[in-house]
Order: sequence, then structure tokens, then C-alpha cells
Amino acid sequence: MTAISRDEVAHLAMLARIEMTDSELDHLASEMDVILGAVARVQEVAGQDVPPTSHPLALSNVFRADVVIPSLTPEEALSGAPAKADQRFKVPQILGDAE
Amino acid sequence: MIRNSASAMAEALAKKEITSVELTQLHLDRIDAVDSQVHAFLHVDREGALSQAAAVDAKRAAGEKLGPLAGVPLALKDVMTQKGIPTTAGSKILEGWRPPYDSTVVSNLKANGIVILGKTNMDEFAMGSSTENSAYGTTHNPWDLDRIPGGSGGGSAASLAAFEAPLAIGTDTGGSIRQPAAVTGTVGVKPTYGGVSRYGLIAFSSSLDQAGPCARTVLDAALLHEAIAGYDKKDSTSINAPVPAVVAAAKKLDVKGLKIGVVKELSGDGYQAGVRSRFDEALQELVAAGAEIVEVSCPNFEYALAAYYLIAPSEASSNLARFDSMRYGIRVGDDGNAGAEEVMKITREVGFGKEVKRRIILGTYALSSGYYDAYYGSAQKVRTLIVQDFAKAFAQADVLVSPTCPTTAFKIGEKSDDPLAMYLNDIATIPVNMAGVGGMSLPVGLSPDDGLPVGFQIMSAAMKDDLMYQVGGTLEAALLSKWGAPILSQAPALATK
Repeated sequence: MTAISRDEVAHLAMLARIEMTDSELDHLASEMDVILGAVARVQEVAGQDVPPTSHPLALSNVFRADVVIPSLTPEEALSGAPAKADQRFKVPQILGDAE
Repeated sequence: MIRNSASAMAEALAKKEITSVELTQLHLDRIDAVDSQVHAFLHVDREGALSQAAAVDAKRAAGEKLGPLAGVPLALKDVMTQKGIPTTAGSKILEGWRPPYDSTVVSNLKANGIVILGKTNMDEFAMGSSTENSAYGTTHNPWDLDRIPGGSGGGSAASLAAFEAPLAIGTDTGGSIRQPAAVTGTVGVKPTYGGVSRYGLIAFSSSLDQAGPCARTVLDAALLHEAIAGYDKKDSTSINAPVPAVVAAAKKLDVKGLKIGVVKELSGDGYQAGVRSRFDEALQELVAAGAEIVEVSCPNFEYALAAYYLIAPSEASSNLARFDSMRYGIRVGDDGNAGAEEVMKITREVGFGKEVKRRIILGTYALSSGYYDAYYGSAQKVRTLIVQDFAKAFAQADVLVSPTCPTTAFKIGEKSDDPLAMYLNDIATIPVNMAGVGGMSLPVGLSPDDGLPVGFQIMSAAMKDDLMYQVGGTLEAALLSKWGAPILSQAPALATK
């Protein structure tokens, strides 16, 4: 069974963009080890000959006509924004000193 | 009146014995009287509900044609968007958000004149089996306020059992409609995947999530099912076919000639003795009503729980990436100096609860390069094996049955520190979601060992939802004639304010 290290959990938290405290990471690393041990059972029956199923419906490429239909107004689309300016979402800086 | 079935309320409304405004006010009064103990609701929309009710009354007075449930109140799980009404999915990250649009389920409810009383409590993003993972406090089971009401849709089920609403909407990803129904002595149905639109349902695991009806009787669930179901072009996974005739099926009260398959693997060890005995007695009722019982084997169901706890977190880790503090929801740590990624990380740390973080990390791991084949890939193969098990079983039987849950309602706090013990609650409900077939839970009595409700699960093949309503309706009628009164009449009275 793959054991998962605290460093690996910290890396996953970074990938998932969640800041975690040291005690959270410690706790989660030990829980993840137990959970992964339990779910690894799937490998017992997942043979080479079994095709994967990603979805209960066998759908592919659901198309619709390319026509304009009524949608949210800019005001409605921005109504839940934590910050906005000039009909746009206002976000913290994405380039520069802070990162 | 509030203890009646929704269909009895609808009949009283049609006969003009009561108005929808009066009926709605009775439920709002009940919420005021008992919800401080039950905590089924996160938001009660008093004004909105009364104005919806007044609109239905006006239409009725004008002689307009109305839907069969027009004017009857309903409780809506807080995972469904309703325009202008606070919607949190039980998460702090969405605190204060008011959606700018209605989910299709809400549009269909409104078109049917069903009055929405408010939003019900749930485990955060529908991840849990007890509502203990809600950021806004736990809901209490009306049968015993020290016990869990199930989850994730514990608020919806508790609102029915506490007579705060006669109808409710739930969503079911691994049992979140059926398990709360089982532990509160109510009825809950997960329709065939694609039967009810997911548009406006805040996504947890898109290939598993399905909205469905919660009620106190099988017929009420069927009426609500027909009101919300059907093809929706806004959901590309919605099935473009007629809705199964579930209301007619619920009224048949006849199972002669039907084959009922008992799933061998969903019983025995790990199932409470009282759950087993009520389940077996219910089977005898079905035999007496003319059904034939066969045993079926679904050997891969024992791997369903493991596969689910890889697939659902994997999909969740992707779906919940949208909560980035940029477009909606809370934003924390934006002090003018911090960059966007820093703000995102702090917001997600503060906004997500323990279980949600656990699943995001688990899903991120299962999808990582190097681990994908061993975890997510293997889980998808197990999913195929479960689909095949169902196909074989449905070739031998019209519906499949099992206990809904291994145990009755447990105590609040009892399993909250042990994720694996908590996950085991869903052992009998998860296979249904993996295959996208239909599942129903209805009450079949109280467990002799603790006096708490026991749920009976009926599963039907995809788009054969009518068969589970037919069997459920027949079983419910047989039990009612034995008991003389609905099971909820045995629940202890709640103190009222």
C-alpha cells in the first residue's frame, strides 16, 4: 500500500490552491493514509480486460444550434462578485511583485 | 392539516376548503414553532412564499388550469439555485450569495405553482451522511433530537418529519436523498440519472449527482417527480425521452407477477438486526401481495464504496475549482498587496470545511500523474463491473431491493471524527449512483432494538422509475393497513414555542 507523506499532502494542497496550517497537514496526512488504504481495494478487480466507465449515459458530442439566446445581463452576472469595476470582475493582481 | 399528505392538501385546495396562503401560513407558523430545535432550514422566505401562494390562489379563483400540486408548500435543498434567494450549499464560501438565475428544478416548481418555503440545511457541497458537515450547524432528527437526520439532505428530510413542509427537494450523489429518508421515516427517490435536470444544481460529482423528490408518501413523491422531471436543453446529460408514468404506477397497488430481486451482497454482516427483521417482514408483505422473490448476486457491489470515494472526490476536486474568490462567493485576504493566487488559497482555506478539503485533496491525488491508473482509472473499471452486475440482476428481476442503510439514525458526533465509519452509511445506496439507475427509500417500520425508522430500498433499471413506484406504493399500502396510521404518527411530539 502506498503511504502518503506529509510533503505530498502539502504539494496536493498547493495544487488545489488551499492554504493549510501545519496541524491541518499533519492530521490530513494520517487520514489520507487510512482512506487510501481502504479505497485501494478497487485494484483487486480492475483487470486489464475491463473497460473504464466515466459516465452512466453513453453520450458523445451533444450539440445545439449556434444561435444567440437570452442570457444574464452584465449587472446580473456581476451581482455576486466580491469586487467589480466598470462592468468587469475586479481581481487582485495576477502578475508582478506579490507572486 | 399540516400532518396530511401533499395530495390531501392539494385536494383541499382544489375543493377550496383552504387557500394556499392559509396553508403556507400554517407551515410558516410550524417552522417558527419547531425549527429552533430541528434546524432544518437555513433560510425561510416568508414573504416570497406567501406571495407565490397568493398568486396561485388568484389563478384558482380565476378558474385557470393548475398543476396537481399547485399551492402546496415545499422545502428546497440549499444546493439548488433560486433567483434572489440566499444559496450556500452549506458552505461558508458561498455565504451571502444570491443567485441571478433559477435552477430548472425551481423553474419547474414555479410553473407548477408549488410554493417554495425556503432553503434546507445540508452537508457542505452535499458531502456527508449526517449534515454535521454543514458550515451552519447540524440538523436534528425529529425522532430523537440527539441523533442525525441523515445527509447530505438532512434538512429536507427533517422538514418533512417535523411537519414543516409536506414536500421537499433533495439531491443524491451516493445516497443523499435515500439515507436521510430512511433515518427520518420519510420517502425519498433518486430518479434515473438524467431524468431530472441538473441545471442550477451546484455540482459535487457531475456523473453521479441527481435531484429528486422527498415526501411523506409514495404518491406524493410521484406527483413531485412528475412536476420536476423531463428533458432540459440546458443540461446536456438530460435524457430526451418521456418521463416514466410514476403517478399512475404509484396508484396501481398491485405487484402480482412482478419479480423482486433481493441483492445478496446488501445484507447480512454489518446490518443492524432490527433493520434486517423489518426488511424481511416487508418482503413477506410483497409476497402476500403476489410478488415473486428471487435472490440475485451482484458480487462487485462490495467494491462500489471504494470506487465511489475515488470517483466522487476526483470530480469534486475539479468542480470545486470554480470557487476561486474571483466571480462570486467570499474573498478573504485581499489587502491590496496579496496576489490573486494568494487570495485564492486563503479564501479556500477559510471557506471550505474539513470534509470538503479532505475530498479535494483525495481527488487531486487520485487524478495525479503516476497515480491516475491505480486509483481513478481502477475506480472507473469497477464502475463498469457494477453496471454489468445491475444488467445481469435486472435480467432476473423487475426491481431490486435491500435495506437502505445498515443502521438506524446514529447519535450526533458519534462518527464525525472517523471518515471511514461515516462513509459506510452509504454502502447500500452508492451502487445505484454508479450505474445511473433509479432508487427509492420508504419506511417499513421501527427497528425493535431502538424504536427508530428503518428504510427499504427499491432499485429500478434506467428509465423504469415507474416500477419502483409501483412496488413502493403497494408495500406502503400493505404496511399502512397493518399499522392503521402512517409511521410518522409514532414520532414523539416536538415541543412548540
